[in-house]
Amino acid sequence: MTFIYRTDSNKAHPLPLSPEYKSSIKRAPNKALIPMRHTLSELTGPVYGHETVREGDNDLTTQHAGEPIGERIIVHGHVRDEDGRGVPNSLVEIWQANSCGRYVHVRDQHPAPLDPNFTGAGRTVSDAAGYYRFVSIKPGAYPWGNHHNAWRPAHIHLSVFGHSFVTRLVTQMYFPNDPLFPFDPIFNSVPDEKARARMVSSFDLENTQPEWALCYRFDIVLRGKNATPMENH
Amino acid sequence: MQDSVKPSGITPSQTVGPFFKYGLTPNGEYAWNDAFTNSTLTPDVTGERIRIEGRVFDGDGAAVPDCMLEIWQADAQGRFADPQDKRALPNASFRGFARCGTDKDGNYAFDTIKPGAVPDPDGKPQAPHVLVAVFGRGMLRHLYTRIYFSDEAGNAADPVLALVPADRRATLIAARVAGQAVYRLDLRLQGGEETVFFDV
Ligand SMILES: [Fe+3]
Repeated sequence: MTFIYRTDSNKAHPLPLSPEYKSSIKRAPNKALIPMRHTLSELTGPVYGHETVREGDNDLTTQHAGEPIGERIIVHGHVRDEDGRGVPNSLVEIWQANSCGRYVHVRDQHPAPLDPNFTGAGRTVSDAAGYYRFVSIKPGAYPWGNHHNAWRPAHIHLSVFGHSFVTRLVTQMYFPNDPLFPFDPIFNSVPDEKARARMVSSFDLENTQPEWALCYRFDIVLRGKNATPMENH
Repeated sequence: MQDSVKPSGITPSQTVGPFFKYGLTPNGEYAWNDAFTNSTLTPDVTGERIRIEGRVFDGDGAAVPDCMLEIWQADAQGRFADPQDKRALPNASFRGFARCGTDKDGNYAFDTIKPGAVPDPDGKPQAPHVLVAVFGRGMLRHLYTRIYFSDEAGNAADPVLALVPADRRATLIAARVAGQAVYRLDLRLQGGEETVFFDV
C-alpha cells in the first residue's frame, strides 16, 4: 500500500481553536499536531455494511406509533472522494433536533416540546455508486449558551466512515439561505467561504415529491488518495 | 439520479456537539438501536483479551463528560479486518473497531485484544498500538492519537513514537495495571501533560 491521503485536503477543516466558539478554548490542543507518514493502520478502516442497519433506519418519520410533527423532508446525496469516485457501502449516521429545535438528549434544556413520535437518529449505507437517502423532518433552529442571543442554524449532524481511518468525517448539513449563518461561530469556524458552502445542502425540486415532501441534496466529499486533480464533469 | 456540479475540495468537519450520545454511542441510555459497542471481542477472536480504560480531561484539568472515542486496531497477528489489507485474515468476524462515550467523570473503557505488530511503510514492524479518534463538544474536528502498551519492548524502536519528543512519549503509552489484563491511559486535550495528537 503506497498511496497516501493528501494532508493539504485538511485545510478545509476548522482550526481546533476557534475562540468565538467558547467550548473550543479549553479543548483545543496548545501544541502542534505531529505529522507522520500513513501506515497500514491509518490506510485501513472499519467496514460496516448493510448488516449494521435495520430496515427503516433511514426513515426518521416511521420509528414510532405516529408521525412526527413538522415539515417532512427527503435528504439525499452522493458520498464520494475528492477525486470524484463514489464511496460505496459506507455507513452514514445522522442525528438531529425535532421540528421545534429540541433534541431527545437528557441534557437539552431548551424549553421547546419533545415529540413522542420523533427520536431524531438514523443510519443508512451508501449504495454501490455511493448514493444515500434519508426521510426526516426539517429540524428547528435552537438557542445555545455560547453568547447573548445565540441560535444554531437548522442542521443535521452526519457521521461518515469512508475508505480508511483518516477519511473519517463528522460534519453538519445546513439548509440553504439560513439567516443565522453570519452569526454562528460553528459554521464560521471553517475559514474558507467555498468550503463553508460545501456544508449547505441545495433545494432539489426534481426529487421533491408532490403532495408529500421537499427534497434537499447534500453531497459528502471525503479525502482522496492520489494526487490527480479533481475533474469537473 | 442527477449529479449536481461537483464542488472541489472536501466537506469540512464540524463538532459532534453536546447531543450526539443518543445517535452514536452505545449503552442503551436512549431508545435507539446501537450500531456499535465499546468491545471489539468476537467469539472467534484469538489473542490476549484486555481492557483499555482511562479518563479524558480538558485544559483546566476538568473531566470531559461529553466526549466520544473510537478505536481501530489490528488483530493479534497484526492484520486488519479490511479488504485493503491483502493478507489472510483468520479472525473472520473480528472487526477491530469500537466506540465509547465518556461518562460524567470523563471515564472511557474498551474491551479488546492486544493487537499484533503492523508493518510501517518500509516494512519494519511498528510496536503494537491502537488508533484513537477523539470527538467532543468544543472540538471542531476530531483528533487522532495512538495508544501503545507499557510492557512492549518494541516501543523503543517504534518509528512513530520516535517522531515524538522523548518527554511527551508517555502520553501515548498505557500502563499495565499490576496483576490484571487492564491498561490505563488518561487523555489530556490541552495543557502541560497534553496528549500527543497526530497530523494525519
Ligand atoms: Fe446540533
